[in-house]
Amino acid sequence: MSRIGKIARRTFLIGSVAVVGGVAFGYYTYKKPIKNPLLDDLAEGDAALTPYVRIDQSGVTIITPRADLGQGAYSIQAALVAEELDVDPSAVNVDPGPPSAAYYNSKIAGEGLPFSALDESTLASSARDFGEGVAKVLGIQITGGSSTVPDAYEKLRIAGAVARETLKAAAAKETGVAVSELQTRDGHVILPDGTEIAYADLAATAASIEPIEKVQLRDAASWERLGKSHERLDIVAKSTGTLPFGIDLEMDGMLYASVRTNPRMGGEVLGFDATEAEGMRGVLKVVPIKGGAGVIADNTWRAIQAVNAIEFDWGEAPYPAEQDALWEATRAAINSDQQDSRFKDEGNVEPVLAEGGVLEAEYRIPYLAHAPLEPMNAVVQLKDGRLDIWTGTQISRFLVAKAAKTAGIEAENVHLHNQYMGGSFGRRLEDEYVQQAVELAVAHQGAPIKMTWSREEDMTHDFPRPMQVSRARGKVQDGKVHAYDLAIAASSTSESQIGRLGFPAAGPDIAIVQGAWDQPFAIPNYRVTGYRAPAMVPVSSWRSVGASGNGFLHGGFLDELFQEAGADPLAEMLRLCNHDASRKVIETVGEMANWGSDLGANRGRGLAFCVSFGVPTAEVVEITQTESGIKIDKVFVALDVGKVLDPVNFDNQVKGGVIWGLGHAMLSELTYSDGRTEQENYDWYEAMRLYQAPEIFVQAVDNGSQIRGVGEPAVPPAAPALANAIFDATGQRIRELPLSKHIDFV
Amino acid sequence: MELTVNGVSREIDVEEDMPLLWALRDELGIKGPKYGCGVGQCGACSVLIDGELARSCQVAAVDVWGEVTTIEGLGTPDSRHAVQEAWIAHQVAQCGYCQSGQIVAATALLAENPAPTDEEIDDAMSGNLCRCGTYPRIREAVKTAAKSLQET
Repeated sequence: MSRIGKIARRTFLIGSVAVVGGVAFGYYTYKKPIKNPLLDDLAEGDAALTPYVRIDQSGVTIITPRADLGQGAYSIQAALVAEELDVDPSAVNVDPGPPSAAYYNSKIAGEGLPFSALDESTLASSARDFGEGVAKVLGIQITGGSSTVPDAYEKLRIAGAVARETLKAAAAKETGVAVSELQTRDGHVILPDGTEIAYADLAATAASIEPIEKVQLRDAASWERLGKSHERLDIVAKSTGTLPFGIDLEMDGMLYASVRTNPRMGGEVLGFDATEAEGMRGVLKVVPIKGGAGVIADNTWRAIQAVNAIEFDWGEAPYPAEQDALWEATRAAINSDQQDSRFKDEGNVEPVLAEGGVLEAEYRIPYLAHAPLEPMNAVVQLKDGRLDIWTGTQISRFLVAKAAKTAGIEAENVHLHNQYMGGSFGRRLEDEYVQQAVELAVAHQGAPIKMTWSREEDMTHDFPRPMQVSRARGKVQDGKVHAYDLAIAASSTSESQIGRLGFPAAGPDIAIVQGAWDQPFAIPNYRVTGYRAPAMVPVSSWRSVGASGNGFLHGGFLDELFQEAGADPLAEMLRLCNHDASRKVIETVGEMANWGSDLGANRGRGLAFCVSFGVPTAEVVEITQTESGIKIDKVFVALDVGKVLDPVNFDNQVKGGVIWGLGHAMLSELTYSDGRTEQENYDWYEAMRLYQAPEIFVQAVDNGSQIRGVGEPAVPPAAPALANAIFDATGQRIRELPLSKHIDFV
Repeated sequence: MELTVNGVSREIDVEEDMPLLWALRDELGIKGPKYGCGVGQCGACSVLIDGELARSCQVAAVDVWGEVTTIEGLGTPDSRHAVQEAWIAHQVAQCGYCQSGQIVAATALLAENPAPTDEEIDDAMSGNLCRCGTYPRIREAVKTAAKSLQET
């Protein structure tokens, strides 16, 4: 079968009204077509040609079901459809659409599998296909895991092509001109005599015919939009203060609310006294909610003031209350009883290390909050049995199902309107803030209520990235890395997070070792073992998930081994690397940074590499040791995502990922005392500021690899590259984040 | 009390400790200034008061001493300020939540110092937090805006 045929058969199963074909696995539910959600509320004469394209009297609407957290997801999804549909995305409607199983994410499940993303073996591919099946059966509509582009790359172009060909067929039916004589351009079908028929005018006829399913995707060489930079669809609004985020929504008769729940995450509220709050100006109602209480008022500030005036009696934390105890529980998990995984075990690690001459080190990294700048918020309205929710979310269908339960109504009566988000970094993979708002709506029905968390509520109720402790051992021989044994302990993100979504998370948690076990190095004796610390503070996915910390744990000690061997880190990394695309990425970053050149006095450079989400990424950080501390001068990044669909957005995402990785490595930690975070705002939970931002040079390396997402892979190598640079400049090896605990930064 | 925002005077009745930010957002419906921290750490709520940069979460509405300009008062999608044009040309925004404050801060900087050095840009813009990490593009956009403001 030709490649296009294979693509089409697989993808129609996902993306078209008329579903045809089959797949490798014979599960009935997997084969069963998913209803096109756009057919639900179509008026007579409107057409929904695929779940991604809707055409009515107002024109063309492209549906972009992956949420926009700031990564430009709406623009890139629209561009994929537009490339085949021949429309200008800035001239059509772009809408996130309703939550639907049709928009399941075929790529997200693959990340949880014990196969390296670089593994193209039959077993790994079959497992990934099976993961797609599971994602479909469960209707997992999730935005995350840098999966938007890989998931959408073929689906959305085919959706655009199906719509285009169906519109041409409709035009042929109306005019009698053969389809082969018709062209499409800028939202019109063009007849041989130059007559243009707007797509909107063909909607009724297109709706009456069977969609044209046999389509040929255009060759990349003929792309007009993809591969080139375009103005982001939201850029003018975001630069003029006119883009409404969820927190900005305004509606007739709207009320404003805020809540507080036990800052000891998951702890109970034993009681509260709201006497003072109830008498405050603008307060309409105090509502007890799960774990705390909320205030409904006539102004957000008044609601926050009032909820802060409530005296709460909080229950104890259901985990060790002090930071030292949390560290100890994590460290103690490194024992055979708590072994969670050993996906990498090559050579004979134990006997080789038993021979002596072993280098050993312990590393540790803290809890980290997502802390997007827009505090969690939701607008909710429960009226006559219908619940409307306006909020930004990455988990729309889970959220709707839970909200229905919270409100005691059927899911079909819950209507979610996904909003632009002021950042997320994984925070909006959780939805407890929405459920709190729904509790308020149940208690006060009729009016729309906008619930906004204070920054303090947000910071103290983040579901952080887990803390991790690693014990690394290794050995060098003849100037080469001979053995590397890495043991990593962490609470399970998957168990915690998937548990809150209402599913059991069975089996080992790949997140504990992701970014460490799956690296393309041929070290003769090489082992990576995950150990599961107990569930403590509830934890969640944080930009680049397990690799966010493991990049440092793995890449830091690998550099120690390079130094111990007396080897040049770049040369030794290249010698060990057994994956061509990764090698090219490492070579490229070496050339970009002019590796080996003299940097001058008080300066240093560090190299780190990590494959995450299938993207080999190498970074070199250059620093200067000044009298007032370390200054990060430059960062060079080379990475292979396959094709780059929008070079400016790509560049922006990579630079943002580097700054995210460096900033947290330098400065950030979430610590617990008395069961609650010691950091409540950005004064104590510090982040990189503009004056600290280095110059960043980014280069895409296209090895013809499979297309990948770019939102996360630049994060994991940043911390180790910085720590390795500090060692190079100062001789100080720092094995704990944030680095500022051990060294000053400018 | 009377508050003049973006050239329009409006009557509001608020407590004496209500921050200007919340008077703007929830009393007057002006949503450009954002709530990020409430303690003057993030700069998302930045506005100009008589042309001077202020954190609207740190100024009580009743204490406002002059005319308030928010991002909406600098320019509109159809008639953009040079700083907004530069932000668009460099495609600075990712999530965009901090950018209203960044643009207002840059406008204040360039009004006072039409040709800032790199160091002066760093100093002036470091009170504004961007969690997405758009700092390299902010630097470029400030320089572009400085140039285009000098040419006009």
